[in-house]
Amino acid sequence: MQTKRTIFGNKGLPYLLLAPQLAITAVFFLWPAGQAVRQSFLREDAFGLSTTFVGLRNFRALLNNPEYLNALQVTVVFSIATVVLSLSLALILALAVDRMLKSAQAYTTLLIWPYAVAPAVAGILWWFIFNPAIGILPYVMEARFGYDWNHNLTGRDAMILVVVAAVWKQISYNFLFFLAGLQSIPTSLREAAAIDGAGPFKRFWTITLPLLSPTTFFLLVVNVVYTLFDTFAIIDATTGGGPAQATNILVYKVYDDGFVGLNLGSSAAQSVVLMIIVMVLTFVQFRYVERKVTY
Amino acid sequence: MTFNKIAAVGTVSLLALSASAQAQTQIDWWHAMGGELGEKTEALATAFNAAQSAFVVVPSYRGSYTETMTGAIAAFRAGEQPDIVQVFEVGTGTMMAAEGAIVPVYQLMADAGVPFDPAAFLPAVVGYYTDPAGNMLSMPFNSSTPIMYYNKNVFAAAGLDPEQPPRTWADVEAFSRQIMASGAAECGFTTGWVSWVQLENFSAWHNQQIGTLENGFGGLETELTFNGPVQVRHWENLARWQQEGVFQYGGPGGGADAPPMFYSQKCGMYMNSSASRAGVLNNTPDFEVGIGMLPYYDDVAGAPQNSIIGGATLWVLAGGSAEEQRGVAEFFNFLSSPEVQAQWHQDTGYLPITQAAYELSEAQGYYAANPGADTSILQMTLNAPTPNSKGLRFGNYVQIRGVIDEEFQRLLAGDVDAQGALDAVVARGNALIRDFEAAAN
Repeated sequence: MQTKRTIFGNKGLPYLLLAPQLAITAVFFLWPAGQAVRQSFLREDAFGLSTTFVGLRNFRALLNNPEYLNALQVTVVFSIATVVLSLSLALILALAVDRMLKSAQAYTTLLIWPYAVAPAVAGILWWFIFNPAIGILPYVMEARFGYDWNHNLTGRDAMILVVVAAVWKQISYNFLFFLAGLQSIPTSLREAAAIDGAGPFKRFWTITLPLLSPTTFFLLVVNVVYTLFDTFAIIDATTGGGPAQATNILVYKVYDDGFVGLNLGSSAAQSVVLMIIVMVLTFVQFRYVERKVTY
Repeated sequence: MTFNKIAAVGTVSLLALSASAQAQTQIDWWHAMGGELGEKTEALATAFNAAQSAFVVVPSYRGSYTETMTGAIAAFRAGEQPDIVQVFEVGTGTMMAAEGAIVPVYQLMADAGVPFDPAAFLPAVVGYYTDPAGNMLSMPFNSSTPIMYYNKNVFAAAGLDPEQPPRTWADVEAFSRQIMASGAAECGFTTGWVSWVQLENFSAWHNQQIGTLENGFGGLETELTFNGPVQVRHWENLARWQQEGVFQYGGPGGGADAPPMFYSQKCGMYMNSSASRAGVLNNTPDFEVGIGMLPYYDDVAGAPQNSIIGGATLWVLAGGSAEEQRGVAEFFNFLSSPEVQAQWHQDTGYLPITQAAYELSEAQGYYAANPGADTSILQMTLNAPTPNSKGLRFGNYVQIRGVIDEEFQRLLAGDVDAQGALDAVVARGNALIRDFEAAAN
């Protein structure tokens, strides 16, 4: 068999074509990331008038800092809760739409709406609904179930609030991908299984879910990154990391210490740690989880 | 001026721009006053620009206090800083420590040869912004102090005298219980700014130390000490009152949920900044609002002392030309004139920063027409400030305010008792002050 291969004589051309992309990566990723790494080894006052090289001091201080360890724990809880809930709810909704015949289009459109809402607006929206003083839900909860909802004081309530807001915002995105994934599964496979006597649950677990696994895997990676970074605006607009740091996730702490507290060294060290966490997570996901994915 | 006028009405606006830039020195002023306050702020610059022709002040709104300050610092690092930046009072420690980045106001005035009399200012206001030698470092702009607002209708419905605000905390508790028992309102009182009102001002008002070295005015080696018995007793009471519904917590920072509780007549009393006065009156068309001083514990010796301020001042950043600095000095001189100050005070509810502005407002009949508008000034100048009630100055104080909120939340949630919460504030706060000290040296 003859392999067809086009040879370009000009060795420089590929690099030239790549140049814009490389330039963007360098300017918007490598340079700031490099700055963060440099800054993380320094101790500096806000105005940059006195700068001292302190080696790994900023990192050591982080590991001995109970607030930082708390933020780490909060992030794990928040990420797992958000990813699991947003993926499973989106899948259920997608399955429902996939079975619909008549109004699937209208239903899909409606479900995509939350994605168009800016995270800060989504945060404010839920903050209003759950507001202990003026919100409707605490009122109902108090009157109906006798539960005194107060996310200003109760850490668990605050966590529920930010998870709900983050999940609500992300469901649309996951839903779209799941729906597309479901529609690409040949109906014949499911029909064949049905003829062989497999019930709906059996069909779901043995056919639909495995064939969806590339989509699920992709969404898993995207969602983990989403919970680690993009949820910043939701936290900022609702709880501000409170009460008593109960919802202070890593990325919010980076902002709070660096931008509000003007402690640049510690903030830079935190963003370096966050960068490493994301790199490790993505690597692990590709290395181990991807093996189990059937394409 | 005539040339400018001709050019301005000319069709080529670019020409006008370059002509005025040649003739006048531009002074950039970054501020954090949005909305209505922003309009009043811009009006000050417009008035100054109209009053003289050598300088033109260009105000620009830069977002929240935090954003404005961080933005100015970032701009300084890039060499693009404005001449004047508005910084909130908790940023004072950071700005002061930045020697070389700022021009102290007393020095600016002396260099520019603009007449300047520090004694004309209200001591309780400028005391906050002077160095230990008594030199004024930044120009007070918008200062306020917390006061008590109460619902006269609720008071009347509860059988209380609507003209008599509570004087002591014992009154607050008794009035609250009467309000709740009579069904006039669901809760007794709420508060904005727990850190500022119920800890910092509370300490000053009871002449209790906030930190060593004159509450931090004496140097960076200061340590927090506001975990004394008087503060512990007050936080203990607040926690108990929250349990009993006498007090309702309005959230961290400014306490965003506190005003709605007062506006909706859920709580009969409300403590917050005197600058909230206009907002409170606008939001309470259904009932009459009374104004009183902050309550105190009458068995604490020295109480009531005087309250301390919050708000912001104008800092001059280094790097401007001599001509620009002279313009800044002229602008500050304009801002502190009695007419401008009195107008600003009456428009916004912020404190007048000079004695003359206060007297002018009085002569204009403003306080007679607006009862309660002078409560803040009377309360702040009740006694000559002591080292405990002059104000406070600590590095990293923005973060320490956050710590105060967190520990207060833990107290209300029942995770810790009042002594434990305040001890934790002091321990965590001192660690932040040490960080700041290390970075500044």
